[in-house]
Amino acid sequence: MQDKEYVGFAALPNQLHRKSVKKGFDFTLMVAGESGLGKSTLINSLFLTNLYEDRQVPEASARLTQTLTIERRGVEIEEGGIKVKLTLVDTPGFGDSVDCSDCWLPVVHFIEEQFEQYLRDESGLNRKNIQDSRVHCCLYFISPFGRGLRPLDVAFLRAVHEKVNIIPVIGKADALMPKETQALKQKIREQLKEEEINIYQFPECDSDEDEDFKRQDAEMKGSIPFAVVGSCEVVRDGGTRPVRGRRYSWGTVEVENPHHCDFLNLRRMLVQTHLQDLKEVTHDLLYEGYRARCLQSLARPGARDRASRSKLSRQSATEIPLPMLPLAETEKLIREKDEEITHPLPASNSTHPSIDWQEPRSFSPIIRPSLLTRREKKGARWDDPRAGVERRDASCSAGSASCAQARRQQLPQARGRGRRRERARGVRGHEQDPGAGRPQTPAPPLLSLVPPARRHASGARRAAPFALSPFPTGGSGGLRGGAFCGLPGGGM
Amino acid sequence: MTGPRVGLLCLGPMEPLRRPLSPCSSRPSSPRSPPCETSVSVGIEAVLDQLKIKAMKMGFEFNIMVVGQSGLGKSTMVNTLFKSKVWKSSLPGLATPTPQTLQLHSVTHVIEEKGVKLKLTVTDTPGFGDQINNDKCWDPILGYINEQYERYLQEEILITRQRHIPDTRVHCCVYFVPPTGHCLRPLDIEFLQRLCRTVNVVPVIARADSLTIEEREAFRSRKCFDEDINDRILNSKIRERIPFAVVGADREHLVNGRCVLGRKTKWGIVEVENMAHCEFPLLRDLLIRSHLQDLKDITHNVHYENYRVVRLNESHLLPRGPGWVNLAPASTQQLTTPAPLKVRRRVQEDPKDEF
Repeated sequence: MQDKEYVGFAALPNQLHRKSVKKGFDFTLMVAGESGLGKSTLINSLFLTNLYEDRQVPEASARLTQTLTIERRGVEIEEGGIKVKLTLVDTPGFGDSVDCSDCWLPVVHFIEEQFEQYLRDESGLNRKNIQDSRVHCCLYFISPFGRGLRPLDVAFLRAVHEKVNIIPVIGKADALMPKETQALKQKIREQLKEEEINIYQFPECDSDEDEDFKRQDAEMKGSIPFAVVGSCEVVRDGGTRPVRGRRYSWGTVEVENPHHCDFLNLRRMLVQTHLQDLKEVTHDLLYEGYRARCLQSLARPGARDRASRSKLSRQSATEIPLPMLPLAETEKLIREKDEEITHPLPASNSTHPSIDWQEPRSFSPIIRPSLLTRREKKGARWDDPRAGVERRDASCSAGSASCAQARRQQLPQARGRGRRRERARGVRGHEQDPGAGRPQTPAPPLLSLVPPARRHASGARRAAPFALSPFPTGGSGGLRGGAFCGLPGGGM
Repeated sequence: MTGPRVGLLCLGPMEPLRRPLSPCSSRPSSPRSPPCETSVSVGIEAVLDQLKIKAMKMGFEFNIMVVGQSGLGKSTMVNTLFKSKVWKSSLPGLATPTPQTLQLHSVTHVIEEKGVKLKLTVTDTPGFGDQINNDKCWDPILGYINEQYERYLQEEILITRQRHIPDTRVHCCVYFVPPTGHCLRPLDIEFLQRLCRTVNVVPVIARADSLTIEEREAFRSRKCFDEDINDRILNSKIRERIPFAVVGADREHLVNGRCVLGRKTKWGIVEVENMAHCEFPLLRDLLIRSHLQDLKDITHNVHYENYRVVRLNESHLLPRGPGWVNLAPASTQQLTTPAPLKVRRRVQEDPKDEF
């Protein structure tokens, strides 16, 4: 009978789906670029909201003394029962002044601040209510009038490309003829390659997707940077149906016409197909990269000298209020784990599920709404008590293999450590129950060996020697911090 | 408008006809001829023909400078204005990379139309406003303009002067403002403020095919212009349309059976010479058809005179009679500082007479 062979976990995706739908999604989008490139109009068109209705464009004289500010606006959009909380980060004043040297520093600082906030929250005590205010995606607007990327564009992109997913966009693309658009896109792509700027890479299609999807995907990838036109006005052109567009004396540009501009591609990519992927990449690659750099920089000076290290840790504890472990214990653990790896325990992993999942995509709750409807509720901060561990676990278990893969791809090889890391390390991500009386069996370390495949690893991201897996913290779920998460003595 | 010049002995740059004189004009050419008597004509109208012939033989000179960020269509605009390939304009990917510092690049062509020769010099400024730090990016431009004045001045104060001093002074500077749709950027304001005292500046909204008609009007109304940029040469009809929203094109397309210059997109063809599409005809009229000579006159009578007065004051020697005037060589600091504003009021009476 069928039931004997049917276990039933094929229904897991549905559970995830239900869970995600209940929780909703949140997404933080940053728009950057010189003023006058149609950023606000595009955002309004993308999400069919009027996020900018109280905006005042400053007068010319006011502009002379304007400096870069960072503004956040929020809106909640609902469609088909699914809620998305969208936070928009705007950077008015970017590139406007005569001297724009270092005008990108406030933006970089802002992004890192969000990471730092998250790091702190993650290492703190109350992790149920972590608000994820990290920037998931940055739409960078390039002027259609230039000859490719300007020096300011290059400088900005280089400053942020390792910190946020960048999607380059050509604004006001109706100023260009088709041949000019192609030439400009080509030039920008060449320049990006030349300057080694890592923009957001779309993941490859799985081989089992249908042809149509693959074709769409290829088309989308080929049209980066997207040449977009935004408009919130509806134009009624005689007998034809009303379209959103811009009416000129010589014709009307239709925003949603794929022959006129790449707006549909951008919207499909950003909202319909890759929203979750953007969040995952932010969390797994960019945030982890930041975290590794951050923790590394704490440990770098005087790595051998214990006294100086403890002194440093005392000093740095004031700057980053992460609860720190006494380092003697850390070193002991490192040694223990090293031994454990070289002589792996035979049956310790039996309780943990297999980690060789190969299908992250089908598990991540990617919703593809066709059109967004809106319910605007402008507010700066939403208190969402459901954020935090639960959601992280959902994303973790949903795409845990993707986390695993991403992790694998990102972190560089530790020297000469054997191959079976993957099996051992898959464990920690799936610890769901905070076992109170969990024995302090040293679980294998977090770090993996496989060199980065997806992203170009800038610099040597050495594995922080003390970033270890569940330490005597009582083992609450989804531990990533290792030695730095939790108070000594299992306070969690 | 005053009548035709009576002074036949006025030498210097040839002044062509500004308006064709209608045959029935009853404007007296000299106080002695009675206004209504047409039976006995002295034949003074023939003077105009003589002027015309002389002008055609000598030809005209016009020096124009185009300033703006790269990619705003400056080269294309110049080609469209003079309907010739003055500059080689190119697609984004194929252009030479923008230089790190501002350079000035002049090209001279002689264009001929219906027997009238025009020696056109176009100065381009690649690299303007393209760097991250654009502080003082206008200095090389100011330096160039003042250098041309200096050259003319040196020629003018010689004892034995040439009959016709070669005029390399910049008669008009066309400034290309990017079509942001909001208002002028700080860089635009700084540049315009500094340059309007030294040279005739005509601001235009470049690549205006990305702005709808309403957006253009809003942009224009929001621009707060320092009004003495151009109020001397323009009558109010044109002045309220400044800055012109222009589009340049050097390809021809077939529209309704006519061959027009335009840009072809998937949603229509932007015709350059169609007033409903853009204001290029106004710019062309301003620069060439109606106000070319005015621009030259103002350059000579106002801007150049300002420069000259400042220089002579500095060298502490004002020309007194047929004395030997020795002018100290201009220092670079002087060349880049714009002339002070107060000097201009003294000579303002002159141009008013001409209008």
